[in-house]
Amino acid sequence: MTTTDTLRKVDADSVPAVSRKRPRGAASGGLRRAIPATTLLWVLAGLYGVPVLWFVLSSFKPAGDLFSLPLTLFPDDPTVSGYKEAWASANFSQYFINTTIVCVIATILTVGVSCCTGYALAKYDNKWLKAFFVCILATTMLPAEVMLAPLFLVVRDLGLYNSLVGIILPALLTATGCFMFRQFFLTVPDELIEAARIDGARELSIFLRIMVPISRPIMLTLAILSFQWRWNDYIWPLLMLNDPEKFTVQIGIQSLVGAQNINWSVLLGGSVISMVPLIVVFLVFQRYVMNADINAGLKD
Amino acid sequence: MTKRASDVSASPPRRRSKYTLAPLVLIAANVVLFALFFLWPAVIGLVYSFTNYTGVGAFQFVGLDNYQKLLGDSTFYAATTRTLLYTVLFVPLNFVLSLLIANVLVSKHAKGASVARVFFFIPWLLSPIIVGVLWRWLFGENFGLVNYLIEKVGGSAVPWQSNADLSLIVVVVAAAWAWTGFSMLLFIAAIKNVPTSYYEAAALDGAGPWRQFFSITLPSIAPTSFIVILLNTIHAMKEYAVFASLNNGGPGTSNNLLVQYIYQTGFKTGQIGYASAASFVLMLILMVVAMIQMMVNRRVENR
Repeated sequence: MTTTDTLRKVDADSVPAVSRKRPRGAASGGLRRAIPATTLLWVLAGLYGVPVLWFVLSSFKPAGDLFSLPLTLFPDDPTVSGYKEAWASANFSQYFINTTIVCVIATILTVGVSCCTGYALAKYDNKWLKAFFVCILATTMLPAEVMLAPLFLVVRDLGLYNSLVGIILPALLTATGCFMFRQFFLTVPDELIEAARIDGARELSIFLRIMVPISRPIMLTLAILSFQWRWNDYIWPLLMLNDPEKFTVQIGIQSLVGAQNINWSVLLGGSVISMVPLIVVFLVFQRYVMNADINAGLKD
Repeated sequence: MTKRASDVSASPPRRRSKYTLAPLVLIAANVVLFALFFLWPAVIGLVYSFTNYTGVGAFQFVGLDNYQKLLGDSTFYAATTRTLLYTVLFVPLNFVLSLLIANVLVSKHAKGASVARVFFFIPWLLSPIIVGVLWRWLFGENFGLVNYLIEKVGGSAVPWQSNADLSLIVVVVAAAWAWTGFSMLLFIAAIKNVPTSYYEAAALDGAGPWRQFFSITLPSIAPTSFIVILLNTIHAMKEYAVFASLNNGGPGTSNNLLVQYIYQTGFKTGQIGYASAASFVLMLILMVVAMIQMMVNRRVENR
């Protein structure tokens, strides 16, 4: 171990020109270091990708071929009959519209309230905020899944039963979102705020004009998280919604899973359909999240 | 410059009590949401836990009866120990996998990282229901790909569905697989925030990649590790949907976790009071877990 390390170090010293562009300094081990790292990466990626690949490819098999041995990775005779049947067996387009409405509204509001709260918790210091921080921590201790019955009664008493608002409102306060923003704003130097204060800026305009813009990477990350949470919510919409016109996609899928004898062909098709929107949203926005330099503009 | 700025604001507890209005305005929306959708249900839930409320009609206060009944309920014990076992298996597996993958993805040596990370992220986009369906499809005893491959290389079919422990392990692996994307995202952000000058200095002093990881990366991302462990523990303690679609808490009731137990006693059999009592026991467990983690975290940060 030690010998190879010294070797690498010598290597690194002998080709200083290459390392100029690469910040981690190790750059120049070249192929010798690239091969194990790349192999490990792609073996892991393969392990993570195979289950989904198998699932998606299976969904293109005709119902009769699903269980016929020997199992083949690729369908001999690709068909979309499973998809067609799944789409026809339930009011899927309406489910999609409902779920999209819930996701978009809930995401915008979640990002807004989390940003405000996270900033207040990170940059101000008084006993009310400390108390509220503990309160937010408590929400993680007693999640909606645990309080299903009393939460159901409360939302019903507020007159929100069987409405999309009844799904959106209880979901807005998220500890994860507040923590993410708090953690981010803790890394913002206080000097930035002090300087703005000395220049006479008011507290809320410091927040809106300086802090909100620099937190954009966190906003996008949380937006994707929130969109995903609401898209995948299952238990709460199931309890809250009574009218089939208002059902969400997950409830539609559940009606396929819940059958006594699972019709795998339809289930596979329906599941893949329900996966598509999130994956599209992610592929469109992923570079904003994954490549986001979370530290943008904050280096000393 | 900085020095003088802090001198101007004079008094030692410089941010304290000077600004009360602004932070209260900022948290106002969340305070209202907290009061409506957390405090209120929590309070009536606590009240119901001392009653025999069934969801409709009148109810009577029964004192600590529900809690006493819980202590003697073997189904509740089984659900609690199963939940803890699941958590103890899931959290470390997910932590190690996501930290490993985050490091490999951030590494400058791995080629194609921008494409590969999509593979790690897609499972996290799937809903728990679909994760369950997908792994049920993979691990079906008679029709699953995994058993087919095992038989192909000469093994005998493994009872993934009818053996309670194997069934639990399938769920653990499925959940760790599905949740890697989330933990990984937090780790990547944290690792990228570690100043590169630390690594440059360490490299000059001859520290290898392992040494750099344990002496620089791991301590620098400690706050993120804390959050990941805390969130994953809580997530695991309230797991329900993956079990529901993967094995429906089975075989039999052997993999019924606490939330499923609460859901079934509360909504299926209508014992709202009894289910509320079980909810508060679960909350107590979560609070103890969180307190232990916070104490550990504080000790690590102070060191």
